[in-house]
Amino acid sequence: MDILSLSSQLNTYLIMGAFLFGIGFYGLINRRSLIGMLISAELIMSGASLNFMAFNHFLAPDPVVGQIFTLFIMGIAAAEAAIALSIIIAVYRNYKSIAADDLNDLKG
Amino acid sequence: MNQELLTQQGLGGLVFLAVCAATVFGALIAVNSKSLIRAVSGLCLSLIGVAGLYYFLNSPFLAAMEMLIYVGAVGVSIAFAVMLAEPKQEDRADGAFGLGPFFGFIAGGLLCWGMIVVGMRTDWMKAAVKVNDGSMLAVGKALLTSYSMVFELISVVLLIAIIGALALGRRGRN
Repeated sequence: MDILSLSSQLNTYLIMGAFLFGIGFYGLINRRSLIGMLISAELIMSGASLNFMAFNHFLAPDPVVGQIFTLFIMGIAAAEAAIALSIIIAVYRNYKSIAADDLNDLKG
Repeated sequence: MNQELLTQQGLGGLVFLAVCAATVFGALIAVNSKSLIRAVSGLCLSLIGVAGLYYFLNSPFLAAMEMLIYVGAVGVSIAFAVMLAEPKQEDRADGAFGLGPFFGFIAGGLLCWGMIVVGMRTDWMKAAVKVNDGSMLAVGKALLTSYSMVFELISVVLLIAIIGALALGRRGRN
């Protein structure tokens, strides 16, 4: 197997997607601040989109479906990031902190 | 070997390896760095790598959208949020869960390993026939015919997200 022809194999992309997902999951558990968790969630979502694109390119009979699904994942991720960031700003205004451990009041 | 590197495939393979390295390295920076602004930069590097992978997957349109939406819009807005809500203490200062990183590493590593094993061992079946070439023209046609309903729905979702973000950001300000 030639190392320069890795880009034409399905397994390479599956491994990259799994790496992105695993690293994002590790960060989601490890991070204390809300922004760090949001960054990890973005990594997880891009791992999922990469899997969709890989299967779309190599296996799917209609190579349009995966691209459109990935576009919609991008749209949802943009909406999610906008909402999450404004929630984080509102939380910071009330608590003066964005560490997830500090948000222990049930009633603000 | 030198002759082989200078061919089109050889250079493409080198670029592909660089793109893969940028993806993994950027993701590691994004989850491991102490300062948040560095984590945002790592996320941007990783997403640029993912855009390169999309390019190798024969869809330059998605690569451009990844650069525009993720690296441009999402990365810049996260950077703005870091500037507006700068945490005073370091990210992992308090040791409430001393074993948290360890268990996180175990869980993430197990998930990653499991998905790699399943992906490598399965005998994926190729489609017998492709109905189109997956070009940008085909994507545009499908967006405005088969998927026009979803297209409209996601624009409604984005509109609601904008309004919600404005309302959340405005509350509490006097």
